Amino acid sequence: MMLKAIHERCSGCGTCRLACAIANFREVAPARALLVIEGRFPAPGDYRIHLCDQCGECAEACPEEAIEQAGGIYRVVPARCSGCLACVEACPHGVMMAPKGLDTPAKCTLCGECAAICPREAILLTEEAAA
Amino acid sequence: MKQTDLYGYSGRILRVDLGSGAVRREPLSEDLVDRFIGGRGFVAKLLFDEVPPGADPFSPQNLLIIATGPLTGHLLPSSGKTHFGTKSPATGGYADSNMGGHFGPALKYAGQDVLVLSGRADRPSYLMIDDERVEIRPSEHLWGRGALSAEKQLKTELGDDFQILAIGPAGEHQVRYACISHDFGRQAGRTGVGAVLGSKNLKAIAVRGSGRLPVFDLDAAFAAGKEAFRKVAAKPGFSAWTPEGTAGITNWCNEMGVFPTRNFQTSYAGHYPRINGKAVLERLKITDKGCACCPTPCGKYGHARTPLGDAYVEGPEYETIALFGGNCLLPGIEDVAYANWLCDELGLDTISAGAVISWAIECFERGLIPESRIGRPIAFGDLSSVDYLLRRIAVRDGIGDLLAEGVKRAAAEVGQGSDAFAIHVKGLEWTGYETRNAPSMMLAYLTADIGAHHSRAWVLGHDLAGAWTSVHDLISSDRAADRQPPAVIRPDCARYVIESQHTRPLFDALGVCRLQYMELGFEEHHYARLHHVITGRERSWEEMLRVSERIWNLTRAFWVREIPGFGRAWDNPPRRFTSEPVPDGPNAGYFLAQEKLDQLLDWYYQARGWNEDGIPTRQTLLRLGLPEAAEAIRGGK
Repeated sequence: MMLKAIHERCSGCGTCRLACAIANFREVAPARALLVIEGRFPAPGDYRIHLCDQCGECAEACPEEAIEQAGGIYRVVPARCSGCLACVEACPHGVMMAPKGLDTPAKCTLCGECAAICPREAILLTEEAAA
Repeated sequence: MKQTDLYGYSGRILRVDLGSGAVRREPLSEDLVDRFIGGRGFVAKLLFDEVPPGADPFSPQNLLIIATGPLTGHLLPSSGKTHFGTKSPATGGYADSNMGGHFGPALKYAGQDVLVLSGRADRPSYLMIDDERVEIRPSEHLWGRGALSAEKQLKTELGDDFQILAIGPAGEHQVRYACISHDFGRQAGRTGVGAVLGSKNLKAIAVRGSGRLPVFDLDAAFAAGKEAFRKVAAKPGFSAWTPEGTAGITNWCNEMGVFPTRNFQTSYAGHYPRINGKAVLERLKITDKGCACCPTPCGKYGHARTPLGDAYVEGPEYETIALFGGNCLLPGIEDVAYANWLCDELGLDTISAGAVISWAIECFERGLIPESRIGRPIAFGDLSSVDYLLRRIAVRDGIGDLLAEGVKRAAAEVGQGSDAFAIHVKGLEWTGYETRNAPSMMLAYLTADIGAHHSRAWVLGHDLAGAWTSVHDLISSDRAADRQPPAVIRPDCARYVIESQHTRPLFDALGVCRLQYMELGFEEHHYARLHHVITGRERSWEEMLRVSERIWNLTRAFWVREIPGFGRAWDNPPRRFTSEPVPDGPNAGYFLAQEKLDQLLDWYYQARGWNEDGIPTRQTLLRLGLPEAAEAIRGGK
């Protein structure tokens, strides 16, 4: 499975970010969210959805091998993480997060809550590869 | 800094005195929450208690209050609303204005439900709130810049994750209907809140919040929120209403003959197919643009090319179409979009600005304001006239200084009977519905607690469609503009207005948008349920409506306290509406004579428990739990 963004459908409401923070951190705190909505205003006047496509570059960059893949999903193993944040630097989509107050970085777990709640069907949980 | 144990809320009020630079956070009191819920309720109570009676709206003593509600920032449909309040420079009375976007949620995530601004900074400044950090910073580099440009500049300086409020030159020059802008197209538009910010030397407010909101039952709230999104999406109005947003009602308003045209001379504009929702979609739209957690984004962000230049603009939404497309008779949707963009950049309320300009054009046509005073000829249907006047109003240059005062004050200066067609109530310009054959809606305008505004009660469906109609039934209407029968005046008109005046503003107290309820028919019990699982407070919808009635009476008491001799005379329209028949269109020949309005007001006052002059009785105020108001307005009445 894979998350796929259809940017043209996004209206910037950010419901996905709130759902992500609640599902992954049990907090009503969208600053925790593991995806980013970028509004490009005043011009060109549109939105871009930045989300994790499980490309694995974070794992490749990790000197501690603290990011493991299973079933196509990369997860941080906190016990091995040294907190160097090389993975945050390496993420091509800017969605490897270093949340305030947490010792280790955090990333998308492919829980699908963002796609499930998006009222615009702008984020899809799909079998096909991301664009 | 102790936080109270209030679930749903952030639990604090942030007070910033711009004069002394003092910053103070205090706990939100249980009493305030119990009696006033949030948002509009907080605004009304804090203004009543803390603005010194008789204060000049532009003095440091006036307050600018920004308040969220218990549901703001939570996971449920359209939880992005923020309420603004002040003593209005337009009316001298109670004033508030509601805004969408993302600012309110950010204010709560940063640790406060309410921001109270007092005093006046000694130099152009902006306020920066980054979680616990609060700083008053210089803003000379932003002063004089447009509101949209200033927002972009601050995002560049501070980061894209800051939410920004900004005023334009109109706010700096204290134009009495200057607005506050946010998110490149959302505004707290009405009552001159931007002028008050300007009087405080505050160009902008930037906020970023990384905190979390406490929730009474997180699992239940998450489940109820997700269910609410599913139920809204299943409503028939979801797919019918969303594509065109509020612009979709332009057709119906013309078919029914309630579309303000040529400074409210008539109520039907034959060119409406060129300025309706379909025109927005086909000629302007780039993207739908939503407020926080909105499943039905009414914002249509687009790009217009005109002979005067290009404009990237959110909108136009219905009100702007009505006031610039109808009242100023701009011929195409691109023209309306350009006027919309210019108002946004200059920091002017499109509603009041459109009403003021159409009044000025009518004055010019009648020879009441000479060309020498204006500086050039001006005409209906001419974008360059609109452009010329807007730019002068925003900086109070020449004729702009007169028009910056709003139609009531400008008509008092121009004289010669020009007040008969200065269309306002209490000094606030009338919005996008012409009501000479719509008695309930007329009554709604006369009694709205900020002046002539439609959002407090929208009862046109009752007047015209013969029923308590949801707006979604009227969107994208495509019928003939048939002759309308004369509307019937009956006591029910007052009852419908009062019910609507309690229901619609309740959403402004809860901190959510009302459109899912009003336009899609998403049921009220969902909000009561969400309120319970988020706040832990069990309040039925009926109990919350009673709070809404309390707020309504408190705002009325504010008017009584602040305006010497306030009473029935303030609840009347200009003479055009009581003596001039509509000249053409579906409502040709109709007007509402003064004795009919007197009858409507009698019914309304009686149903509210107010005396015959429209003053809440002591008994009514005490019944609603407002001893402070009963005490304050007793003297001299």
